[in-house]
Parts: sequence; C-alpha cells; structure tokens
Amino acid sequence: MAELIARTPAHADLPQPVEIGRTRIAEVVLGPVTWIAPFDGQEKAVTAALRAAAGVAFPKPGQVTRKGSVRALSVGPGQALLIGATVTPDGAATTDQSAAWCALSLSGEDACAVLARLTPLDLRPSAFALHRTARTMVGHMTASLTRTSENTYEIIVFRSMAHTLVHDLTRAMRHVAVRAAL
Amino acid sequence: MRLTCPHCGERDLREFAARGSAVVLSRPSAGASAEEWADYLHIRDNPAGEARDLFYHTPCGLWIEVTRSTITHAVIAARPVREAKP
Repeated sequence: MAELIARTPAHADLPQPVEIGRTRIAEVVLGPVTWIAPFDGQEKAVTAALRAAAGVAFPKPGQVTRKGSVRALSVGPGQALLIGATVTPDGAATTDQSAAWCALSLSGEDACAVLARLTPLDLRPSAFALHRTARTMVGHMTASLTRTSENTYEIIVFRSMAHTLVHDLTRAMRHVAVRAAL
Repeated sequence: MRLTCPHCGERDLREFAARGSAVVLSRPSAGASAEEWADYLHIRDNPAGEARDLFYHTPCGLWIEVTRSTITHAVIAARPVREAKP
C-alpha cells in the first residue's frame, strides 16, 4: 500500500532520540497496524486465522502475543492491535490504523520513576511483568503501556497526541534528572 | 479509591469517570406515565449502605456498574454494564 504520510508521527517533536539524566526516549516506527475486534463467539476462529497468517494468537486482556517482528497487543475489551503485519481475518471487524498511532520507547534506570509521575498504573514488576500491556492514562491522555524489557516501556497514543506525549515525557524526565542531581 | 475494571483489573480512581447512579439502566417502558419518567430522571435514593453506581473506565472504554457501600466506602462488586440486568 502507498505510504501517504511519509513522516513518522513524532517527527516534528522528536527527530532523534533524546537522553535526559538516566532516561532516554526514542520513537518506535510501528509499520502496519490493524485494529481487530472479533465478533461474538469468533475469538477462537480469529486466533486460528491470525496464527496461520502471522503466527500470533488473539491476545487475552493485558497480554501481548509475539512472533518475530509481529505482535498483537490487547487494547480493550475484545479489541487488539496487530502490529508489524496486515491480516484481516473473517469473523472480526478490522480497520487499517497504520500511521494512526504514535509509539515511543522510554528506557533507562529511571524510566519507572519518570512514568510514575505520569501514570496511576502500578508499575512494580509483580503487578506489571515483562511483556504485559495495559490501557491506562499518561498525563491526561489515554495510552497503551507495554513493558518491553526490565527498564523499557513502550507508550502508544493517538498520532494527534504525539506532541503532548513528547512534551509530558521530556518534562518528567527533566524533573527526575534534577531531583537525582540534588 | 481503587476500582476493579472487569477487563483491566484493579486500577486507580483517576482512570475512571463517575457517571452517576446505576438507576439510569432501568429505563421506563415506552408507555410509562409522566410521573414514572419524572422519577426516573430526577428522583434519586440516598442510601446509607449499598449503592450501585456507573463508572466509565476511560482508557479501555468499558462502562461498569460498581456496587459499593456508602458507609464504609468498601467496593463490593463491579461488572460490565453490558452484562447488567435492568
């Protein structure tokens, strides 16, 4: 498919990764994104179709299913985002949402401290383990938060919120860095 | 206060929008009298004890019906509105 929006969502605000204190943010280019919502009773059939085409199952709440560079992210009751491949299984409502989302990765020793300033989510490893995902708030925005390594979080918001996300994150990163330097 | 979203699990109140009494789920039938409609729209109980309220979980979009105690602030149950019986 033609890529009509050539610039990445955070291009204007985050042309390259930014490091402040012991944290770093960088844009994640998602590639093709499809929103998938199985019809009533069709989840098994949709999982079978996704497995056959992309090797991933339809994710359970809070779950990310992964195979190579393809992943399916749970984003709400009966809804998932398929990232990195395009599959439109029968038995589900699907929408092409490529270029509709802005994804940033926040990493570093203080990543958790930075996020704690912005989200009410319980980020302790016991409550938010590796490769878990959650719909939550980041500042005033609804967002999908995924733990991609011990100290790395991926934050996905609507593309229209890219500027605010970069602003909120860099501000919290500065504040954490300043406190650490006291 | 922490509420349990049936989809996401236990979350902080900041993620929820309070949407009033769950009595709005019991809509009067089509032929209801003006008095019944006035009750439905304007008259609310103020219970000391168990109350049913609607909350909207902003990040995941689920409407939930929360049963809670107005005396102890204990949250007793939460279920998706789509499963609630009027």
